[in-house]
Amino acid sequence: MKRTAILLAAGALGLSVLAGCSAKPVTNAPDAGAAGDTVKIGLNYELSGPVASYGQASVAGIKLAAEEINAAGGINGKQIELVSYDTKSDTAEATTLATKLMAQDKVVTVIGPATSGGMKAQIQVAEKNQVPVVSGSSTADDLTVTNGKLNEYVFRTCFNDSFQGTSAANYSSEKLGATTAVIIKDNSNDYSKGLATSFDAQFKANGGSIVAEEAYATGERNFNSILTKIKGQSFDVIYLPGYYEEAGPAIKQARELGITAPILGGDGYDSPKLAEAAGAGLTDVYFTNHYSSEDHDPKVVEFIAAFKKANGADPNAFNALGYDTLKFVADAVSRAAEPTGSAVKDAMADTKDFVGVTGTFSMDPSTHNPVKSIVFIGYKDGVIAVTEKA
Amino acid sequence: MANPMVRTLLTRGVPLLLLYAVVLAGLNLGLIDDYLMATIATLCINIVLAVSLNLITGFTGQFSLGHAGFMAIGAYTTGLITIAVPTVPGFIAGLLAGGLLAALVGFLIGLPTLRLRGDYLAIATLGLAEIIRILLNNVEFTNGAAGLAGIPQMMDWNWFFILTVGSVLLIRNFLRSSHGRNAIAVREDEIAAESIGVDATRAKVLSFTVGAFFGGLAGGMYASYFYFIKPDTFGFLKSIDILVIVVLGGLGSLSGSVIAAVLLAAISTVLQQFTAVRMILYALLLVIIMVFRPQGLMGSREVSLRIVGRLFTRKPTEPDEPEATR
Repeated sequence: MKRTAILLAAGALGLSVLAGCSAKPVTNAPDAGAAGDTVKIGLNYELSGPVASYGQASVAGIKLAAEEINAAGGINGKQIELVSYDTKSDTAEATTLATKLMAQDKVVTVIGPATSGGMKAQIQVAEKNQVPVVSGSSTADDLTVTNGKLNEYVFRTCFNDSFQGTSAANYSSEKLGATTAVIIKDNSNDYSKGLATSFDAQFKANGGSIVAEEAYATGERNFNSILTKIKGQSFDVIYLPGYYEEAGPAIKQARELGITAPILGGDGYDSPKLAEAAGAGLTDVYFTNHYSSEDHDPKVVEFIAAFKKANGADPNAFNALGYDTLKFVADAVSRAAEPTGSAVKDAMADTKDFVGVTGTFSMDPSTHNPVKSIVFIGYKDGVIAVTEKA
Repeated sequence: MANPMVRTLLTRGVPLLLLYAVVLAGLNLGLIDDYLMATIATLCINIVLAVSLNLITGFTGQFSLGHAGFMAIGAYTTGLITIAVPTVPGFIAGLLAGGLLAALVGFLIGLPTLRLRGDYLAIATLGLAEIIRILLNNVEFTNGAAGLAGIPQMMDWNWFFILTVGSVLLIRNFLRSSHGRNAIAVREDEIAAESIGVDATRAKVLSFTVGAFFGGLAGGMYASYFYFIKPDTFGFLKSIDILVIVVLGGLGSLSGSVIAAVLLAAISTVLQQFTAVRMILYALLLVIIMVFRPQGLMGSREVSLRIVGRLFTRKPTEPDEPEATR
């Protein structure tokens, strides 16, 4: 008898899968039923799991932008309706949920995930369903152009990895007058390796030379052996691409050993934890970033105030990029000939002089990368002293 | 009694074919959209993973924490081979190579550790899965931490049906063979089993290798359907996810693993609407189920397709004992 009961229970649950699939997802628009009166935009972000902080921060920015647009009357009179799912930081889940957003919820665009891996897991779904996917923070070079072929339905609103490395190399040669450099990279991290490669190429193209190249692994906290090794050599700058967890202690230990050369990094430095870990050693340290909260541009000041009011904290780069990404999508939807994925895609590729808080950009139609400015943030004695747009 | 072959075909084959036909019709009529198919795909992969881990942990009594490692080997092998040879034969070769490579690694790690009694295997497999993940992160030809993208999608419902049903049937038949009975004897009491002439190490290594093969096969199915893999996908948590299905279904019950996989997929899908509290509810449900059924949903009992099959053949009730432990 028990067995029959279990079978029945299993059957009932099986049915509920089907029921669950057709059930309407929870949305935050007042009139979710009337599909014709809203513009449905899917959010497919990492809301739980290892990289949840990126996903949650992006969504906070997106929600603020959506509220602003809706309060101002929506896109061509239609309110934005966000349909949000959680990828659990899992790539297969990203694929499945992107499929759900496109096949069942019939969204016009999917925004997210925040990481390049999650985005890559959506490329084929996007091309098959002809619905564009946009990320505000996936920087891997091969995301929008894979093996020389443009992924037509994949866009991003941030610069890619090689642009950061190239910019850092130019900054070293031009602003810091460096001719020799040391590269210290995280060998177990693709982002770090990518930045190092493009820095290396551009610095050499500028006439400089790389005197040493050292490597560490994610999780390393003691950099003394690497630093002692390079201490005896003469060089003008150190390029240390990576995340703040490792860069913080590395900078601190370098300064303690008496290495005074400027240290440069990428957007992985963008965390208050960098200053905590490096302390007073954080001097003559520069990194490339998408945006600076120190910016005095009126649009940025306005965004910071609005964000603070809604969330009670200063926005970080992910918040700002999420905010810009939704505005970018809304701009494309408003210009699209019709509310279909392929028309919106064409409008996105056609974006010119879009003004966002992370800078003004135009979309490069041949790579789907935005052509935008980069911000250099420089620290002196543990506090931000330099903010330069390049 | 009619011809037993015919009877088996009727009782087991008819429900399976019915399932196959229903899904196929749903796909062709557009009732099953891409999203539902992706859910079915995840379900099938989880069934193969759970059933193969159950062979190792449930039936042979060897606690393994590294099933995601075998999955990773299978996924990368299949992925790399199908990228190089994007045809159906290439895909079949990739699946087989992935399974065999996983089995080989399982054999090599099982041979030294399974000679010992106790929990050494758990630690060794835990380490093995981490080594595999870190290796994949660092070698160039797998594209490192960025992951392998653009794997041709060969898996469809036909393949899922053949591979999932085939895997479950093969493992079931393995368990009913003398090798499977040896493995169960070793689980029950290793010394008693050895005293009647069962080579305990041999039995354990054999189950472990077979389990690893199907773990690799499931990885290949994953790579080919989801077309993007990266080392992080096959982390420690993935191994735990698989173990949860096995324990929830009942250690030593193949049908339990299948039912638990279906149940968890259903729970996960239904909870998708409650984004913020989903993981809390999911964990809470697991705790509740384990409190009320500590032996798992099925314990070590099995439900057979015979129950469904009886609807077609109307035979008098047969004794429905736990088949595998009989």
